[in-house]
Amino acid sequence: MPDDPSSDRIAGEEFDVVVIGSGVVGCAMARRFTLEGARVLVLEKAADILDGASKGNSAILHTGFDAEPGSLEQHCIQAGYEEYLQVKDELNLPVLESGALVVAWNAAEAEMLGGIVDKARANSVRDVQHLSSAQLLVKEPGLSKKAFAAVEVPREFVIDPWTTPYTYLLQAIENGATVKRDTAVIDADFAAGLWQIETNRGKITARTVINCAGLYGDLLEQKLLGQSAFEIRPRKGQFLVFDKSASRLIDSIILPVPNEITKGIVVCRTIFGNLLVGPTAEEQQSRDDASVDANTLQALHNKGVEIIPELANHSVTATYAGIRPATEFKDYCIQPYAEQNYISVGGIRSTGLTAALGIASHVFRLYQAMGNSHNQIDNFVVPDVLPLAESLERNWSKPGNGGIVCHCELVTRHEIEQALSGPLAANSLAGLKRRTRATMGRCQGFYCSAELSEMCANRLQIPLSEPLT
Amino acid sequence: MKSTQCQVAIIGAGPGGLSIATELKKLGVDHVALLERESTAGGIPRHCGHSPFGMREFRRVLSGAEYTRRLTAQAEKAGVEIRLATTVTELGQCGELSLSTNEGRQQLKAERVVICSGAREKPRAARLVSGARPQAVMTTGALQSMIYLKQQRPCKRPVIIGSEMVAFSAFLSCRHAGMKPVAMIEAGPVVSWWRLAALLPRLLGTPVLTNTSLEAIEGKDKVRAVMLKRPSGELATIDCDGVIFTGQFIGESTLATMAGFAIDTVTNSPLVDAYGRCSNINYFASGNLRYPLKTAGQCWREGRDMASLVKASLDGKLPDRWAQTNA
Repeated sequence: MPDDPSSDRIAGEEFDVVVIGSGVVGCAMARRFTLEGARVLVLEKAADILDGASKGNSAILHTGFDAEPGSLEQHCIQAGYEEYLQVKDELNLPVLESGALVVAWNAAEAEMLGGIVDKARANSVRDVQHLSSAQLLVKEPGLSKKAFAAVEVPREFVIDPWTTPYTYLLQAIENGATVKRDTAVIDADFAAGLWQIETNRGKITARTVINCAGLYGDLLEQKLLGQSAFEIRPRKGQFLVFDKSASRLIDSIILPVPNEITKGIVVCRTIFGNLLVGPTAEEQQSRDDASVDANTLQALHNKGVEIIPELANHSVTATYAGIRPATEFKDYCIQPYAEQNYISVGGIRSTGLTAALGIASHVFRLYQAMGNSHNQIDNFVVPDVLPLAESLERNWSKPGNGGIVCHCELVTRHEIEQALSGPLAANSLAGLKRRTRATMGRCQGFYCSAELSEMCANRLQIPLSEPLT
Repeated sequence: MKSTQCQVAIIGAGPGGLSIATELKKLGVDHVALLERESTAGGIPRHCGHSPFGMREFRRVLSGAEYTRRLTAQAEKAGVEIRLATTVTELGQCGELSLSTNEGRQQLKAERVVICSGAREKPRAARLVSGARPQAVMTTGALQSMIYLKQQRPCKRPVIIGSEMVAFSAFLSCRHAGMKPVAMIEAGPVVSWWRLAALLPRLLGTPVLTNTSLEAIEGKDKVRAVMLKRPSGELATIDCDGVIFTGQFIGESTLATMAGFAIDTVTNSPLVDAYGRCSNINYFASGNLRYPLKTAGQCWREGRDMASLVKASLDGKLPDRWAQTNA
């Protein structure tokens, strides 16, 4: 396997930076530090990248209109938003320019819309505007007539939650970074300006550690520093995905008036052409129990139909849950420890997908302030990643695609082969699904499972099938 | 982009599509293109392990695979142009079909189109089942194509959900593949198919549990167990390593839905008139897409009647007005 540390150079090498965790934040971090000229190693304890909090989110590119003005979160969201729009064409990443509507469903909620507008303006999101119920229904005829009023946020967009961080990390790798999956930190020791990190796959030496361990960030910090400045309080969010026909029912992201705990249940199109309803916000102890619950899913279904009545006539194609690494603090917990060459990046919740690039730049500045400097890479490589978004040219429309394997999501043989090879080759079914969307459509593998099991033979850690004997 | 034309295009080379195509050629239609997204024609019977197939068409008992080979040979002999590994991605309003093949995007313009895209089982997600989402949770279609097309098995001790006829087919396929189902679960009070059918799994050591519902799936990467609600209301956990969801077939109507044709919101099938035409009268719907409980033989027979209607339409003998029927 390409990332088996016992077989190559990492044991003897001294890295500038070790990024622990390859969620969206770790991926963006690896990219930023690599492009700035640092020698970067990424450690991931799971079999694949994006296996924790990053595997289940609502994929919205936030303007930060409703973030706490002056907070670190708000700063990183805006910086991340801007950088995403700058790099998206070069990296061939999509944007669905949907806009969002914060919809009030009664007079009490309508009264809160003024505060939302004020907050947006305080956050320099100045293009927000009030819509009456009549204006709202002209704009979104599919919305329930019960909608009372709304605030329009024109620059809230939808992006690709998986291809995006995958592309960030691939760009890091192609410019010199090393990624080790299945590699968990067992112990660590800091002395004479160097971290000695013991993993299940050997010892690693690095000058600086960046903790991007997401749902396990506090446990990792305890391991490294003896104590943690924050405590992860896992918060589960369940989602329903409706079939592609449903995505025609609305254009905008439909947001509720938020409360203290959560942004609430969102209805929006996905970059893949489906329609999403979710998430819930459920506090729980477990950091890895992303199970779904039939009653909750039914409630989400009812909620979706309440917002868009016509949804009752469309079928559900998928259900999933994600776990957000919330903490006891409202803001992100990003903290440099100059004495220990350590930076913690904790409590990055659902805004992390948008904020990741901004967080990475912010952390790099903290790293520079700790006295580090490198020579930026001049001619960095841009990875060639096949896009999954409907708005970009998909592989099935091009010659030499090998034919379609997953018919619901139009995934080609070439796309699957590509996902199963290279430095970040998928090594689990879940990883293959994230990279290609195979089996994620309406039939959920009715037609393509057999073909996939043949293509994946001997290439996944847990095989899809075994030969009949 | 390559663009071609034909008189009639048929989407889906299952028994229904093969039958219509063959019959249209016999009725003298010049250019009939049969489009199949898989690399082999035949449709679902290719991977149905059970017999009998072909009683009506060939007057003998055949396996599904042999049956579809014969139907395909007939179509080829009749002069049907069978295009394999060709996926229809979009229907135009006047019979313009957008296609994807290994050569990329293509167009096919047909005077009439028959959609024979068949039916599929309702998967786990659409049933809103609780629990973890490990691999080895699948439908009968996925199970049987793995076993009969690839000689692979996904697990060894699955639970089978449902008791329609297809659930017993899944059971037999499991036995054929050396898998031993640990239970068959039916939420209703009796087996949905022929009641005595339950004797077979029971005799082979697989309990058939009626009045029992699936409450949750457990396991992280692979299925470890299922939690069931027994008739008494108490919860029971059964160890297993896979879950097979069977039945609850729905029409594979996405192309028609996305093209804006009228759809029956209950059955998910396109609404048709007395001549089998969709609300866009250039398009016909046939087979399990229209009523997803038909056998291969019934689809084949329906296809022969459908061919006459398509021919009549080509000859201008059908009315222009579309009126939905409840047929």
